[in-house]
Amino acid sequence: MSISPFFFYAFASIAVICSLFVILKKNPVASAFSLVLVFFAFAGIYALLDAHLIAALQIFVYAGAIMVLFVFVIMLLNADVPSFDMGRTHLGLKAVAGLLSAVTLGIFIWTFKSSAWNAALGPFTGDAIEASGGNTQVISELMFSEYILPFELTSVLLLAAIIGAVAIAKRKLSVGRSQ
Amino acid sequence: MTQVEPWVILSFCAIIFFIGFTGVLIRRNILIVLMCIELMLNAVNLTFVTFSKQLQHMGGQMSVFFVITVAAAESAVGLGLVIAMFRTLRSVDTDEIQLLRE
Amino acid sequence: MLALIPLFPLVGFLINGSWYAFGQAPAGCHKAGSKIPGAIATLFIFSSFIVSAFIFNQLLSMEPEHRFIEQVLFSWMKVGGFNLEMAFRVDSLSTLFTLVITGVGTLIHLYSIGYMSHDETPGKFFAYLNLFCFAMLMLVIGSSLPILFLGWEGVGLCSYLLIGYWYTDEEKAKAGKKAFVVNRVGDLGFLLGMFIIFWTFGTLDFTELKHGVEQAVHTGTLVADASVVTLICILLFVGCMGKSAQIPLYIWLPDAMAGPTPVSALIHAATMVTSGIYMVSRLNFFYALSPSALNVVATVGAFTAFFAATIAIAQRDIKKVLAYSTVSQLGYMFLGCGVGAFSAGVFHVITHAFFKALLFLGAGSVIHGMHEEQDIWKMGGLKSKMPKTFLTFAVGWIAICGLPPFSGFFSKDEILWQAFSSVHGSRVLWGLGAVTAVMTAFYMTRLFYLTFLGQPRFDEKKMVSHHAHHDDDHHGHDHGHSDHSVGVHESPWMMTLPLQVLALLSAVGGLMGIPHMSWLEHWLEPVIPGHEGAHGASLVGGVDPQMEWILMGVSVLGAILGIAVAFKLYRNLKGVEGLAQRFAPLHRALENKWYVDEIYEALIIKPLQGLAQVLWKCFDVGVIDRIVLSFGRVSAWTGQTVRLMQTGSIQVYALMLLVGLVATAGYFIYGWH
Repeated sequence: MSISPFFFYAFASIAVICSLFVILKKNPVASAFSLVLVFFAFAGIYALLDAHLIAALQIFVYAGAIMVLFVFVIMLLNADVPSFDMGRTHLGLKAVAGLLSAVTLGIFIWTFKSSAWNAALGPFTGDAIEASGGNTQVISELMFSEYILPFELTSVLLLAAIIGAVAIAKRKLSVGRSQ
Repeated sequence: MTQVEPWVILSFCAIIFFIGFTGVLIRRNILIVLMCIELMLNAVNLTFVTFSKQLQHMGGQMSVFFVITVAAAESAVGLGLVIAMFRTLRSVDTDEIQLLRE
Repeated sequence: MLALIPLFPLVGFLINGSWYAFGQAPAGCHKAGSKIPGAIATLFIFSSFIVSAFIFNQLLSMEPEHRFIEQVLFSWMKVGGFNLEMAFRVDSLSTLFTLVITGVGTLIHLYSIGYMSHDETPGKFFAYLNLFCFAMLMLVIGSSLPILFLGWEGVGLCSYLLIGYWYTDEEKAKAGKKAFVVNRVGDLGFLLGMFIIFWTFGTLDFTELKHGVEQAVHTGTLVADASVVTLICILLFVGCMGKSAQIPLYIWLPDAMAGPTPVSALIHAATMVTSGIYMVSRLNFFYALSPSALNVVATVGAFTAFFAATIAIAQRDIKKVLAYSTVSQLGYMFLGCGVGAFSAGVFHVITHAFFKALLFLGAGSVIHGMHEEQDIWKMGGLKSKMPKTFLTFAVGWIAICGLPPFSGFFSKDEILWQAFSSVHGSRVLWGLGAVTAVMTAFYMTRLFYLTFLGQPRFDEKKMVSHHAHHDDDHHGHDHGHSDHSVGVHESPWMMTLPLQVLALLSAVGGLMGIPHMSWLEHWLEPVIPGHEGAHGASLVGGVDPQMEWILMGVSVLGAILGIAVAFKLYRNLKGVEGLAQRFAPLHRALENKWYVDEIYEALIIKPLQGLAQVLWKCFDVGVIDRIVLSFGRVSAWTGQTVRLMQTGSIQVYALMLLVGLVATAGYFIYGWH
């Protein structure tokens, strides 16, 4: 793949370091901000891979909306105190988990390295996309033609999620109290 | 080198994914667990995009579109659940959520 | 017809046993008279006697070659090549034994009605007695070794039941146990002998065995003194050592005197202990093939006779003297069989049954009259108090000392002559036998003198109070206590009649075996072939036939010597005590039966108990229990450990997912290579 190695490794290292911060930092707010940095790095990599719309959406939705929501909830629950859970309890379990994850990671990397690309290539080469008007144009055209059904269903899903979230998080009325 | 092998990108995705998975396993704070879930979803997204570029097929990027949407919805509902749970438990410690314990 | 012989006592056992088990035992111990169960039991054994006499009559009129009656009841088991039938065979040998068992048995049953009249559970007693007679009869009329063994074990069982009849007394219960256990040790030898017989000859039936052995000798496949035949004979003799109380397994017989006296008379004098001699005589064709085994039998018999006689000299209990005397006389019988004179051994069995039963019943009468006193040093002068007992006991005394023309003389003398002159005999064996005969005369005279003659050594007034006290528990018994107030009394007719009959038999019973006219030997010829060196002219070893009369004279003189010495000694009781002091260590050893029981205890019983303890503590508890318990512990531990997975925490469950993923991936990757 002809992308710039320098930028890729830069973004990648930021992403890895920040994701390590996410899981290792005591303060939840620090974790949240590290996660935001991870999302930014990812957006950069998406851009490198010519997925421009996705890069933009990543920043809008993930970094902009979801993480804001996370920080809201952290502050709401006063959970911003340094977390209680990085002590030495269940150290054995933690070690086992880390070890097993490392092992599985090793398996995955070995699989990726030793497999061959045999699938047939599709028509969307870089030049073809540029000729069609760019990444966003292509995605939009596909969205409203081939992928219209998932699109509509996703909107219904979002509606359901909104109603659900409101219903779950709402303060319950207790019996005998007029509202 | 002007080339980055595809497997390098995929390995990078795997690294992020397993960092996130480890975080799910070892952290006791619910909110951080949810954050690690988002991390895992992101790693998957990147995998999709890599394949999309490599195979010159738009299906990957379409999938990412929908995954981002669903992830947003899911995190909203999840955080609502955390709030509802907090009302009873007064804590966000997963060790307190032991009703499944025998 | 044959089956009736053991069947009658079996029915008697069932009747008395059921009445006792369902009638008396559950209702608690209300006293029941001994007349009815006793009458039932006696009637049944008497019927058996009638049938035996009838059979005997039939056999008398048969030719020697065909002198047997067989009856097959049913086929008991068929396993592979082994076919065992419940079959009876009465021939010259077994008919004699059935007559003795049923005849003497009837007399003893009658005696027991009187003796056990004060007992609380007479139904049980007579049931056991009948069961014993059933087993003993099965033993002698069985046509194959397994049936014989059935009876063998049955009499062992009844012996245990009857010795420990008064089981509430621990000593008596222990005696019963000792009898049973020691008998079992002998039975092991018997069983091994049976197994080897079956393995070698393929059959256990007596007729088939005899034919098989004759064939094997004829065709030369079985040479004389072959090791397998010797082994069989010796193993079977080990069984006899147990059942017929030879060294080293005789130790149960003196202890067996703990049982009621009729039991001692029937089982341990007249019948059960003679089953060993029956077995040896029945299998004489085996023993004839193996001079070494015969040697063993004769030596053990002679030595036992001598050894037991030495112990009998110093015993105080009237029944113990008679018990050791029985052991000694059994030794004589085996001496007879061991020198090849099986018919002499059988002759002595019959005469011994008469006079020993007589002596025991007499002793029982004395004990009964003396109100359960058994120490002869506390008796004396009973001649005037119990005249009938005195006279009959005297007859038995003379018979056992071996004075002509009473029965004991003929049978004992025959054995001694055979020991001297037979091919298998020797001067040494004769010498042991002769010395024992002198000792027998001595201690029997001692017993007779101290019990009946001389001055009374007990206080009758004490007896009266004891008896009056004793009498309070009696209700309505017809003892005929005419001289009630005097204390020591003669026994009722039910007890003295059997004594008189047995005295008669002891006196004249020897006539069946008079030398050179021996009706008995000719009668037994089909079963026990004629024996060289008996009364024929051809003698191997160059023994002069005139020696027979010389030896006869010698044994009579020896008996008279023993009697005279005893009379002289015990007339002066102070002198006896002085003599005992002078030879104190020897006297103590004799009185304590050469400490044999103590030696066995130290050498055999204590190590076995120690071994049992060790095996129990180290092996049973330490190893086996641990293994069994560990099954439970392992299960519990596994449960506890696996339970740790159920934490209720989803993160742990996610971890389990990862573990499973890694395992599966690993399995597939491993397979890939």
